This record gives sequence, C-alpha cells and structure tokens, in this order.
Amino acid sequence: MPWIAQYLWLIPVLPLAAAAIIAICRQRRRRLAASLAIGSMAVSFLLAVAALALTLHPRTSEAVWRETFSFSWFEFGATALQLGWVLDPLSACMTVMVTLVSLLIFIFSVGYMQPDENFTRFFGFLSLFAAAMLGLVIANSLLLLFIGWELVGLASYLLIGFWYHKPSAAAAAKKAFITTRIGDLGFLLGMVWWYASSGTLLFYDGGNGCLEASALNLLTAQTTFGGMAVSTAISLLIFCGAMGKSGQVPLHVWLPDAMEGPTPVSALIHAATMVAAGVFLVARVYPLLDANPAQLAGISTALKVIAWVGVITAVFAACIAVAQTDIKRILAYSTISQLGYMMLGIGVGGVAVGMFHLLTHAFFKALLFLGAGSVIHGCQEEQDIRRLGGLKPYMPITFATYAIGMMALAGVPVFFSGFWSKDEILHQAMAWPVSRVPFYLGLIGAFLTAFYMTRQVCYVFGGAYRGGHRDNAAQNLKSKTSEEPSQPPQKHPHESPWVMTAPLIVLAVGALLLGFLGTPVWPWFHDYFNGRHSGVDFSRLREAWPVMAIATLFVVAGLGLGWRFYGGKRIVRAEQADPLEAFLPGVFAVLRRKFLVDEGYEATVIRGNAFAAAAMNWLDRHVWETGVLAIGYLTLGLSWASRLFDDYVVNLGFDTGCDRVRKSAKLLSSVQNGQIQSYLRIVAVALALLVLLLAWGGGL
Amino acid sequence: MLAWTIYLSFFGMAVLMLLPADRPRAARMIALGATLAGLAFAVSGVLQYRNHPPADTILTITQVTWLRSLGLQYFLAADGISLTLVLLTGIVAVAGTLFSWNVEHRTKEFFAFYLALIGGVYGVFLSFDLFLLFVFYEIAIIPKYFLIAIWGSTRKEYGAMKLALYSFIGSAMVLVGLIATYVVAGTHSFNLLDWVQVPFPRSFQVWVFPLMFVGFAILAGLWPFHTWAPTGHVAAPTAASMLLAGVVMKLGAYGALRVAMTLFPMGVAVWQDPIAILALIGIVYGALVALVQQDFKFVIGYSSVSHMGFVLLGLMTLQTVGLSGAVLQMFSHGIIAGLLFAVVGRMVYDRTHTRDLNALEEMRLSKALPFAAGTFVVAGAASMGLPGFSGFVAELQVLIGAWQAFPSYAVLAGVGIIIGVAYLLRAQQKAFFGDMPEKPAEPALDPITIPERLGALLLLATTVAVGLYPQFLLDLILPAFHPNAPLMGVLTRGGVL
Repeated sequence: MPWIAQYLWLIPVLPLAAAAIIAICRQRRRRLAASLAIGSMAVSFLLAVAALALTLHPRTSEAVWRETFSFSWFEFGATALQLGWVLDPLSACMTVMVTLVSLLIFIFSVGYMQPDENFTRFFGFLSLFAAAMLGLVIANSLLLLFIGWELVGLASYLLIGFWYHKPSAAAAAKKAFITTRIGDLGFLLGMVWWYASSGTLLFYDGGNGCLEASALNLLTAQTTFGGMAVSTAISLLIFCGAMGKSGQVPLHVWLPDAMEGPTPVSALIHAATMVAAGVFLVARVYPLLDANPAQLAGISTALKVIAWVGVITAVFAACIAVAQTDIKRILAYSTISQLGYMMLGIGVGGVAVGMFHLLTHAFFKALLFLGAGSVIHGCQEEQDIRRLGGLKPYMPITFATYAIGMMALAGVPVFFSGFWSKDEILHQAMAWPVSRVPFYLGLIGAFLTAFYMTRQVCYVFGGAYRGGHRDNAAQNLKSKTSEEPSQPPQKHPHESPWVMTAPLIVLAVGALLLGFLGTPVWPWFHDYFNGRHSGVDFSRLREAWPVMAIATLFVVAGLGLGWRFYGGKRIVRAEQADPLEAFLPGVFAVLRRKFLVDEGYEATVIRGNAFAAAAMNWLDRHVWETGVLAIGYLTLGLSWASRLFDDYVVNLGFDTGCDRVRKSAKLLSSVQNGQIQSYLRIVAVALALLVLLLAWGGGL
Repeated sequence: MLAWTIYLSFFGMAVLMLLPADRPRAARMIALGATLAGLAFAVSGVLQYRNHPPADTILTITQVTWLRSLGLQYFLAADGISLTLVLLTGIVAVAGTLFSWNVEHRTKEFFAFYLALIGGVYGVFLSFDLFLLFVFYEIAIIPKYFLIAIWGSTRKEYGAMKLALYSFIGSAMVLVGLIATYVVAGTHSFNLLDWVQVPFPRSFQVWVFPLMFVGFAILAGLWPFHTWAPTGHVAAPTAASMLLAGVVMKLGAYGALRVAMTLFPMGVAVWQDPIAILALIGIVYGALVALVQQDFKFVIGYSSVSHMGFVLLGLMTLQTVGLSGAVLQMFSHGIIAGLLFAVVGRMVYDRTHTRDLNALEEMRLSKALPFAAGTFVVAGAASMGLPGFSGFVAELQVLIGAWQAFPSYAVLAGVGIIIGVAYLLRAQQKAFFGDMPEKPAEPALDPITIPERLGALLLLATTVAVGLYPQFLLDLILPAFHPNAPLMGVLTRGGVL
C-alpha cells in the first residue's frame, strides 16, 4: 500500500491536534492559535495534494483507483464495528478542496476576526470543524462518516452561536442543530438497518463491504413494508440525513438563519464544505442508491426522489433569494438552491456530475461569502444591501473578485466555472428518461440565479453609498465585546487588508479555471471519477451545443432583466421600495417572507411539540403526582383510622375494663378499712338482718 | 481483594463517627482517602479480571456460611457486569467527594452517611447470595434518606420521604419474590448460582418475574414509577444527587438484570413487550417533560428518566448487542449524569443560590463561570449522544439491538434522542448563554475551586475514554452474556425462551 494511503489519517488528525492544543492554551495566545490552525491546515493540504497526485497515476486496469485501510473499533459478540479510510477519486478531490478552502478561510479570518476577544477560541472551533469534516470525507465506514457528520454539526452549532450574546445567534444555533438532527435521525436509523441487514458498515472491504455487490444483492432481494426493497428504504432514510445537512426542502430552514455566525464561518461551513457534506454522502453511497431489485429495470426510486427533491429545492430557494435584503441571506438561499442543483446532478447523471458542481461551487461560493465579509468589514458591519451601495471605487479588489464569483454563480458562459458544471447537470437532466420537467425547472432556476445575483451586485456595488446616515445602534458587534474599541469608527467604506484580499484572489482564480476540467470537449473530471483515460475531442461539441445555447439564453435574460430593474442609477435612497416590489407586490411579499415556511413550522411542529411537552408535564405534576399523593393520603387516612380505632375501641375497651376493676376494688377496699367499730357495726347489722329474716320466715 | 471496597467504605464511616465534630478538614480527607482507596481496589480488580479472566466468568471473592439453619451465606463474587458497575461506583464516589468539598454543615456526619451509602452500593454489586444482596440494598436506602433530609434543599423532607417510601415498596416486592423463590427452589440457600440451575415452573415465573423486575426497576426510574427520581434528585445535595443518578438508579437496573431476568427467563419472554413499551414511554416522556422545566435540576432529573429508559429497552432486547449496550449505558449515564448534576448543583446553585432558568438567564454565567459553562457544554454533548463520548457507543448498541428485536420501537427511541438535544440546548442557553448586557454587574461569584476542576476532569476523561475505546469495558461485559456463561448466558442462549 502506498504510504500516503496508509497515513491518510494524518489529514484529519493534524487539525484535531491543533484544536486540542488551542483548547488548553490561554486566550491571550492569539498568534500561537492562529499559526497552529493555519500551519496544521497547510500541512494537511500538502498531504491531500500528495494523495490526489497518487490517484492521478494511471492504473493498468480500467477500474476506479481505490485503496482502503480498515481496523476494528470495538467488537460485540461475534461481530464488530469497523472504522477505516479510503483513498479514491471522490475522497481525494474532496480532501484537496476542503483543505484548500479551509486554509484560505483561516487566513482570511486572521484579518476578519482580529478585533474579537475570543479570537483564540474561534480558531480552536475552526480547527475542530476542519478535523471532523476531513474525517467525514476520508471515511471508509458509514460509522466513521456518521461520527464526523455529528462532530461537524457540533462545530457548526458552536460557530453559529459564536456571538451567543446576540439572541438571534443563539436561537439560530439551536435551530440549526435541532433541524439537522431531525435529518440525522433518519441517517442513524438507516445506518442501524443497514448494519442489521448486511453485518458491516465498511464501504469497501475486498468484496465484503456494504457498498459492494454481494451486500447490495442481499439488500435488493429483501422487501419491507409496502413491498419496497430494503435497499430503497435504507437509501431514503440516509437521504433524510443528507437533506438536513444540505438544506434541502423542507429541512432548509436552518441554513439562512445560520448566517448569524461570523462570515468566515458562513463561507467555510455554510457554503463550501459542511453543507456540501449531504451531497458528498449521497455521492459516497451512490451504489446503494443506484441498486435496483432484479425484477425492476430503469432508474431506482431513490434516485428519482433525490432528483425531484433537488430540483424543487433549486427553484424554491432561488425564488426566495430574489426578495431578500441581507447580503448574506441572499447568498444563503443561493447556496440552498445550488445544493439542489448538485442533488439533481447526482440524481440524473451520477456522482461525477454532482461532485463537479460541488467543487466549482465551493470555490465561487466561498469567494462570494468572503467578498461579502470584506464588504461587511469595510462598512461598519452593515449587512442590509439597501444601506450599502456604490462600493466599487472604495473596494476595487473586493469588487473585481466578487464580480468573478457572481458571474461564476450565475453561469456566464465559457470563462466561468459555474457555467460548465451547471451545463453538465442540465445536459443530464435533459437526457433523463423519467421526465423532462427537471430540465425546465433547472433552466428557470438558472434564470433566477442570474437575476438575483445581478440585483445584489447592483445594490451593493452600483449607485452611490447609502450607508453611514443612521446612528450606530446596531453597529459593530465585534468591538462591543472586545476589551477596547479596536479602531475609531470610519465614516467611509474602506478596502480590507491583504490577509483578507489575498484569499479572495486565490479563490477567484479557482472560480475561473476549475471549470475547464469538465467541459464537453475535454471531460477530464468525469473520466477521472470513472477510472477512464481522458482525451480532447471537439466532435462532442456538436451534440452539446444546443443545451449550452439554451442555458446561455436564460442566463442572459436573467442578467438583462436584473439590470433593467436595478442597474444604472435606479437605487437612490435606502428607504426606497424594491423596484420589483412595485412591479409584483403580492408575489414579492410572499417571497420576502420565504413562503411562510418558518411560520408554518411554528404553527405545527413547534407548537405541537410544546403542547405534548406541556401535557406530559401536566400529567406528571397532576396525575402521577396526585396518584402518589392520593396513595400517600390514603395511607395516612388508614393510619388515622387505625389510630382512632386504637384509641376509641381497643384502648377504650381496655381502659374501661381497667377502670371497672379499679372501681370495684376501691369499693371493696372501702369496706376493708381496718376500724373495729365499723366491723362490729356491720356484724350487728348483719345479725339484726338475720334475726329479722328468720322471724319473718317463721322459722324461729 | 475487591471486598475491600465494601470494608473500606464502612471503616471510613466508623472512623468519621469517632472524629470530633470540629475537624471538617480531616473529615474530608478521610472521605477522600476512603473513596480513592475504593477506586484503587476497583481498578485493580478490573485489571486483574481482564488479565486473568476466570474460566466460568465468575470470580469468587469470599464464601462462608452465615446462618446455617436458613442456608444463608456471606458470598461475595463478581463477573464483568458487577465489575463495570463497581468501577462506576468508585469513580462517581471520588468525584462526589470532590464536589462536596464545600459542605460545612455537620461535615463529618455528611461524609459518614455518604460512605455508608457507597459501602452498601458496593455490597449490592458484589453479592451473589441474594439475601446478602437484599441486606446491602436496604443498607443503601437509609443513608440516602438522611443525606437528603438533612443536607438537601427545595422540599427536602418531602423528597427524602418519597424516595424512601418508593424504595421500601420496591424492596417489599423484591422480598416477597425472594421468599417465594426460596420456598419454590427448595435448595435451602439463597445462592444465585444454585438458583440459576433450578428450572422454575413457567406458571411461577410468570407472576414472580414482574414482581421482582418492577420491584427493582422502580429504582431504575421505570415509567410510571419514576416520580421519585426528579423530586429526589432536586431535593438532594450535589453529591447525593450524583450518587442517586449515577449509581443508585443502576442498583435497580442491576437487580432487575441480575436477579429477575437471570432467574426467570420464561417470565422475561412473557413480559418482554409490555416492559419494552414502558421503557420506550419513559424515553420519550422523560425527554418531553424535561423540555418544559423551569428548575435546572428538574431538567437533568427528567433526562435521567429518559436515559434510563434506554437501559431498560436494551435489557428487553434479549440480544447480546442490546444487553451489552444496556450495561454500557448504565456506566455511561452514571458518569454523564453525575457530571451534569455536579455542574448544576455545585458549580451553579451553590454560588447563585437559584436554579430557576429564567433567573440564571440574566446572570451571564458563561462570563462569570466559564469553566462551568464549558464543562456543561461538553457534558451536554455527551448526554446528547454525540460520537466521541460514551453515550454514543452505548445508545448505538441499544438501537442496533432494538432494531433487531422490535424495529418500530427503535424509531420512537430515536425521537427521544432528538428531543434530548432540544431540552439540553434550551437549558444550556438559558443557564449559561443568556444576554442581559444592560444589567448592572452581579456581585462576583467565587471562582471554580481546584477540587471541582479535578472532579470534572475525572468524569470527563472517563466518558471520553470509554467513548473512544469502549472495548475496555466491553471485554468485561461481553463474556458475561456469552451463551455459555453460567449466569446470564440463559438470556442469549435462545431456545429457553
């Protein structure tokens, strides 16, 4: 086994060690904390690159490159739960992406979090997150994947609630954790079921793994309730977990609220890496999802569900993004929408299609979030796009890189990576044998994406600066917590320092170039995933161009319409109504309120749960407690009754008996008083009585 | 050698009673010494058992005749399950002493009762003569009453009396069962190893099993006989609630497993479903009730009901994985609940003198007591069953076992886990991470002391160690459930049921 495959565990363990050291060092050791976090991540990145380089080596056979290493974690009875890691194209490219994006965002955070008093702790949490995420990515065991999965959830909770003194942040952290945990319940049950049916949780184990043919045949052969194959049931349960983590409708509600965390967190966790873990999970267990019972041909039920959920999410979230006013929330809804595209890609086209969009998206979405962070940092923590504006001259680097990210996200043709990855998804959607509807919905989503991104860029960078007018009530959370105000408030927006702009530039380069790895002419990425050699072939353009042209048409329409509504000098004042609102007031109101999903949950799930809890509490306080008290009082009553019986029946009888005896004794003792006279008197009376008696009887 | 855990505790108690009342410092040191020595004996016993496992899994410690006319024996022995729980008792006892360092009121008597309780608990876990087990079981009840009634808070007499009465009702049921079994068995002894050979008639098992099981499980918080637990925990002083949740609830589960289930496998088969449903109700119900409590300790008290439901559910799976998961969950819950009660009772309540979550919300305790907040966050994560902590491996095993025995119950138990997340996060955010920046600064709270830190670290290290390397305990537990094991093997052997 190559050394890097054997030592792959170092990639997550290095940041974990960094997190442990940071946890025990003092809050003042800022430089140490940041260097540890960044240094360990840099080493992990180099290791990841070495691992990727290894997987690029051509193999003699055409099979997928794969090396695994497993060990037994603990055994019970005859069976054991095993953990292990796997090096294959999927884990290799994910590892490189996660380490690179993490590294850049760590560097960015040095600038962004500089005024925060909990700087040290922040880097500790970030390192913990990176370790858990990397553990998830390299896992060759569903159990290890689940462990990483839960720990990234914990890190996400800690980081969303990092500014916990904001009630909204604390609430958002709780909501995120509980919502994703609802999905995780499905994941956990699916895992238990899978283990109970196939006896192992290792993915690849030389033919005995749970993703390999023998186990899959076993699962597809059994059926459960409703005649569903066990493989389908397990797939759907595991997909529940992916829905929670990747914010698919209807479990998407936590992701926009998660933007309460610091912006680097939003970029790293809630855009580039953790939320993509759901897509990664689906990609990892793809053989299970794809497995079909022998008698059924065609697309498996699980993949159909995934494709439909994905495309509905993509359009649903894009609609909401159109009407939001918070710079980060727009990006959050955009993330949900793009995650929907990735799910759609895996559902209709397989692992490589979805993963390619995942990787390109990681770069341009991290870029957009860090750009937003740079804007927020430069404009006194203002996040409302209506109060920004005209930032182009103030922040030239941020603007240029943000524009690249925006065009990549919108899918502007040829030079931007988002175009190529989204194009491939649309391509596969059009060829999907089940239905053509996802293709049309995907086009509408592309149009909406271009529209809302144009709106955002026009609001933020176009026109004149509209901030700085109101008082500083909501301003600068960070300096509030720091020991002394870090810098005097600046009236004008300013460009961020180089530690923040340099990562933007690197990410922008990625957002530009990455797309060329997966064009129809040279589908290198696709071939790499499937273990084929890749070559340049211009003839493939002939069948690919119609979809490209249609997609381009929709994107251009979105850009144009966005410019028509928001471009030029149309936004003048912060209080001005949104131009689209004037055009479509009813629709806009519903969109701004996010289709009222939160309100719906509030009225049903949350209230129902609160009711159940209150009812049980009432039951405990009143029914059981009353029962216990009733038994208690009954016992007391019995005791009293016994006591009264004792006092008035048993005792009284005894006492009365004694009394009688004493009284009669007294009577007798009064007779026997020791005086001769009274004795003689009694004798005389008795004698007289005797004489009278005899005389009266006539005996005498 | 393991018997010294019992003797040292009672010896420590005797020494404390002879001590003058004005020497609280010496009293603490004696208690710490006795509990530490107990832990050392427990650890050495565990290591010895691991290195030289006895052939039939049962390690006889001492066996002498006690009362010949009745066939009573002073018979102490241990298998892997007893050893796991003895180790748990040792750890929680040391931690409890450390968290009672600030007891100033009648210090020596406090620790005397405390050691008496611990000695009784060790005795229960090590007795293989069931009459002796019953005697130790009763010994453990009495100090509990005094610890709560004298050093407790919040309706302490009520809580103490309720706990004592529930315990005695349970004991009465157990005693009736024991006498009936003695008569039916006709072996002229109370020796567990003799009784397990006796084929009790099915008609007898069917009524005596629920009597004994419920009698013991009352102390394990079996719904609907759980209501002693929250009030008792709330009323108890910190160390007593740590022992109550950490160890005493395990006495019930241990008795139910060791006596009722082992002796009456046919009774188990009949009652398996009803008891599993009660356990399941306990899981969901306890979690739901915990979600709406205003008193911080009530939250933890009800969470104990919920987590003990997992133990009982695991026992009812009658599968190796579920049974070993149940024993592991006993250990895990003992450590985690002990830690949670330590944070709430010692670190928070002793300083702020309130446990009302709304009042705590205004104190910004994360600033005033960062160590307490951090400990609670980690302990809460452990309690929610996050991987890396002991709760995860235990609950995972219970779920796997439950899935094989009754899949739909596993789903409902999972719902309980979700609600568990909700109530812990709610309590945690209210108690530690409230935001009232405009309020004037509270008078400074005392910083967290060294004994508190040591106690917290001991418990945290244990739960993480078991979470990362559960095999250490599983190596002890699993042989006891092997189909060939003389005692518990009857549960996994199949066919008998």
